[in-house]
Amino acid sequence: MELPTQTFRVTRADLIRYAGASGDFNPIHWSDRFATTVGLPGVIAHGMLTMALVGRAVTTWAGAADAVVDYGVRFTRPVVVPDDDSGTEIVVNAVARETAEAGLTRLDITATCNGEKVLAQARATVRTPLPTGVAGREG
Amino acid sequence: MSLDHSFVGRSYPPTAPYQVGREKIREFATAIGATDPAHHDPEAARALGHPDVVAPPTFPMVLTMAANRQMIEDPALGIDYSRVVHGDQRFAYTRPVVAGDELVCVNTVEDITSRGGHDFVTTRTEVSTVTGEPVVTAWMKLVVRGEN
Repeated sequence: MELPTQTFRVTRADLIRYAGASGDFNPIHWSDRFATTVGLPGVIAHGMLTMALVGRAVTTWAGAADAVVDYGVRFTRPVVVPDDDSGTEIVVNAVARETAEAGLTRLDITATCNGEKVLAQARATVRTPLPTGVAGREG
Repeated sequence: MSLDHSFVGRSYPPTAPYQVGREKIREFATAIGATDPAHHDPEAARALGHPDVVAPPTFPMVLTMAANRQMIEDPALGIDYSRVVHGDQRFAYTRPVVAGDELVCVNTVEDITSRGGHDFVTTRTEVSTVTGEPVVTAWMKLVVRGEN
């Protein structure tokens, strides 16, 4: 089942905020001067910020903040964030698939920026609400 | 310089406990725009059966990244961090991290491969409470780019 598209805007201010909250102060995420000296086109978003935003998409689709049981991605392309007010946008889609295990749903996720995939092999397994009368999720 | 492949399977001593603060979870959630009340309001988290606010799924990186310095800065392993690119990241959760957790990390070098002049290092970090309750396992694959 295709899930509704979710989009996330990312600006330079978001990168600074994420750097502070996560403790990742790598200058490629805040200094154009540094980013270009290591061969990047400019400041790029933290891969882990992209993963966090996609994680928001996952918990939103799942309908609960605590629903994720497994979540993994491969970072394939940097998300370049221009130094302007609008920044850039990450577009997140997923297909939900049943799993062999009752109560779990697998999401096969794509995340793109400017039409190009920024993640590969992005998958999450989430708990799905069980029908009334079925044993709870614990155990 | 190639990495010492004999490090595969090696584990490091547990890290010092990390105290998960309610305000840190709120700060992290705010930074990624996560407005779900379970990340901010202890009552909302308790309604879901948790003792305090619930961390977003990638929050464990705050502690595992710091813990991974044990491996990344181990001169015997020989990673040149200036050439490192984050390749893959995965988390498998026993339960979400919640405020009040006191967490320790045990790092293991799970795999080292070399291909096309690059080294690929997969690390596994087992995150558990100080009383030994497993919480989450994080895997990270680093690409150490070859020189040239």
